[in-house]
Amino acid sequence: MTTLIDQTAPKLTPKDFVSDQDVRWCPGCGDYSILKQVQTVLPDLGRPKEEFVFVSGIGCSSRFPYYMDTYGMHSIHGRAAAIATGLKSSRPELSVWMISGDGDSLSIGGNHFIHLLRRNLDINVLLFNNQIYGLTKGQYSPTSEKGKVTKSTPMGSIDHPFNPIALSMGADATFVARTMDRDPKHIQQMIRRGYEHTGTSLIEIYQNCNVFNDGAFEVFTEKTSKKNETLFIENGQPLIFGDNSDKGIILDGFKPKVVDLTQGYSASDCWVHDEQDQVKANILARFFDNPSIEGHLPRPFGVFYAIERPTYNDLLNQQIAYAIEKNGEGNLDKLIAGKETWTIN
Amino acid sequence: METAEEQILESVVIRFAGDSGDGMQLTGTQFTNAAALYGNDLATFPDFPAEIRAPQGTLAGVSGYQIHFGSKKINTPGDTCDVLVAMNVAALKANIGQLKIGGTIIVNSDGFDSKNLRLANVPEDQNPLENGSLDKYEVKKLDITKITRLALADSGMGTKEIDRSKNMFVLGLIYWMYNRSIDKSIEFINSKFKNKPQIAEANIKLLKAGYHYGETTETFNARYEVKPAEMAPGVYRSIMGNEALAYGLVAASVKSKLPIFLGTYPITPASDILHELSKYKNFGVRTFQAEDEIAGVCAAIGASYGGSIGITTSSGPGIALKMEAIGLATVLELPLVICNIQRGGPSTGLPTKTEQSDLMQALYGRNGECPVPVIAAATPSDCFNMAFEAVRIAAQHMIPVFLLSDGYIANGAEPWCFPQSKDLPEIKIDFAKPTEEKFMPYARDEKLSRPWAVPGTPGLEHRIGGLEKQHITGNISYDAHNHEFMVKLRQEKVDKLADDIPLQTIDNGAEKADVLIIGWGSTYGAIKTAVNALLLDGKSVAHAHIRYLNPLPKNIGELLKNYNKVLVAEMNNGQLIKILRDRFLVDAIGLNKIQGQPFTTEEIKNKLSEILG
Repeated sequence: MTTLIDQTAPKLTPKDFVSDQDVRWCPGCGDYSILKQVQTVLPDLGRPKEEFVFVSGIGCSSRFPYYMDTYGMHSIHGRAAAIATGLKSSRPELSVWMISGDGDSLSIGGNHFIHLLRRNLDINVLLFNNQIYGLTKGQYSPTSEKGKVTKSTPMGSIDHPFNPIALSMGADATFVARTMDRDPKHIQQMIRRGYEHTGTSLIEIYQNCNVFNDGAFEVFTEKTSKKNETLFIENGQPLIFGDNSDKGIILDGFKPKVVDLTQGYSASDCWVHDEQDQVKANILARFFDNPSIEGHLPRPFGVFYAIERPTYNDLLNQQIAYAIEKNGEGNLDKLIAGKETWTIN
Repeated sequence: METAEEQILESVVIRFAGDSGDGMQLTGTQFTNAAALYGNDLATFPDFPAEIRAPQGTLAGVSGYQIHFGSKKINTPGDTCDVLVAMNVAALKANIGQLKIGGTIIVNSDGFDSKNLRLANVPEDQNPLENGSLDKYEVKKLDITKITRLALADSGMGTKEIDRSKNMFVLGLIYWMYNRSIDKSIEFINSKFKNKPQIAEANIKLLKAGYHYGETTETFNARYEVKPAEMAPGVYRSIMGNEALAYGLVAASVKSKLPIFLGTYPITPASDILHELSKYKNFGVRTFQAEDEIAGVCAAIGASYGGSIGITTSSGPGIALKMEAIGLATVLELPLVICNIQRGGPSTGLPTKTEQSDLMQALYGRNGECPVPVIAAATPSDCFNMAFEAVRIAAQHMIPVFLLSDGYIANGAEPWCFPQSKDLPEIKIDFAKPTEEKFMPYARDEKLSRPWAVPGTPGLEHRIGGLEKQHITGNISYDAHNHEFMVKLRQEKVDKLADDIPLQTIDNGAEKADVLIIGWGSTYGAIKTAVNALLLDGKSVAHAHIRYLNPLPKNIGELLKNYNKVLVAEMNNGQLIKILRDRFLVDAIGLNKIQGQPFTTEEIKNKLSEILG
């Protein structure tokens, strides 16, 4: 969503978005970083803060709205998408944000999540993925890896996990991105991109739960392994990663392959990322190998896919405007009288 | 040609019955319109199977439509019928029990062949048209299928299509029998088949054929006249409950100057409200067909937060799914209207049959102490008033409100002397305005209602949620005493609503009498008729009909003391009676019917007579 910046309004600062409530996440939780990045980006968007609404479900991440000095609703488990849909449909001029987690949006709220994406309401979704149920103290989640031992899976999880990016692509999302709590600049960049996108912007954020699932994303976030294990994708740029940008991805038919750019391949051989290419975005979404497997592909971060499609809120309000234009504003007496009446004297 | 003798009747009950594909609902509603326009008072009862096209010819597939019309006040669709139209054996078998001895049966003889007998589980040698079992009735045997095929032989239509039009022949014939003009139905057909002139022409041809059949053959030796009813002066229309409910919501939107937002999911018998409201976009009505029941109510809550009147509509099973969200709305203290068009339960139950078994669900069906106002409509047209009331209470008191209707009045029709917009009260709503002081989202006015601060208002940024609220500030509070205080406060808020609703009146009968019969919801017509009859007999009986079920009107306790005995009639296993016993320690007697069918007047009369002794 793009809005012209109002030059006369006083410039807001991150502090303006900090509420008077104490933040109650566990010390060291990845949520702190995400909160800070959102509070950092919002003042730059040029909107008065009363136009922002944060809607969340239930879970650790869903406490987020309490800490933002904006309008907000901490709702019930899994239903933030539905509540945000009603709000955005009826008040399209507001900037509506949805804060949710892997349990909230991919388990109990899975239905609302996919329908939000297909309807393409102009809502910014921040999906905090920590691959665990934190608030209920440590059960496996729908994104936990197979074999995970948790309080509810003493012999290891037998559930096949969701890949949230692939799921979103499958639900015909118009904006799909991934970022991580330990990379503040990248989160900010993704949040800005998501905000600028007209339609549902899905941003999956790898978020460390240092109490119940510490280190789940370590391999992607730690300096020692990050460069080799992650692939930061940018529109129009070749897919290159590695310690010295020495590895690239090429497409062999539909099969992605890692090549060594120091041995026979150059950047110009690599797959060039195109955010509007649905087929390739789907292939990228499937870069989801377990990093411990030999010959695995790196995990992509950035905007996988971004296209324009009319939003549900625009279409609904256009129908209303058209109905008024065509039939005139509703006349209650005519409506109640209907087509046929008779008079008794 | 002899002219049939004309007889004047005070009222008539006709039941159209056929296969669910025979178009009996359409035939019934067309005749209803004609009777209404003619000035009769009337009540209708559509009675159809849950399956869209149950196996043809079987008992399961029988669809019926009963209309009671007259020159006197009509409150019910009638316990028994004077005329039964039966398009096949199954329709006859399923409905013959409702026909008065000596009543008229119009049968389509083609529907009584061996195949139809077999499908209706009637042995070949017991064809009711031949075994004398119908001797106590006047049977008019017509081969409607054959007549239809002959009439449309050169229409160029296929046999299947031709057979589908036979209901128009029946309609034409009934129009002749009751001396009604076919013009309005011709208009209807022309508009319905605007783009299919061939079908329109065929239907009109049959409609006329039916009418002429009555006129020219000597099958019917009498024609009947049912004069217009004496009704209060005014402009009338025919109205069904779900339609009225939708209009009531739109009217409340106009009068509150707030847009309505309907979040809902299709379910029988509530879907018609969605169909209606989706047509009124030029009133700013937003309808959202959600992915499920939960999303429907949650979207409505989101819209309410944004300053719309959030509405959700459903029936029992769907309401069960919405309960957690209704609890949320109770804690958020946002306006929300929940319309439950009740049907037979539990579980999927009887989707197309009526019941009043969700009163306890509305009152107590949520986790925690979660009181909400509950109101109920008594007749099809009363759905308008109560929908308007539901919005008024929800928006002025910042609270979710349950509006109960049921399948019987949702689909039933009656004449309605409808109100003018100028006569409807304004619903005054003030959103919170920016102030110098720190905004307190859970501060309260004299109604104990909190401010409605909508996003976009500068300076009123605040957060709400399902966690317990601290009094006044609305911040999260786990304080033990605050929780108890808030639970009691939310209860008091509902209790205080009693100051803002009408006192209970006695609908019929004396202020003091032997027996008071109490009803709520759609039982109104049957109770009214039964009590009328008993009062004419000089019995000491009275009728009170409760529209406000939570909180109850303040004077109910006092009012109950004026009667020696109290009878509570409900289409459930005894729900309101438990409330009345609990609240007023009254030794009430229950009259309960749980058959998916409304009470008959006889059933109520008999019970009252038994109690009167």
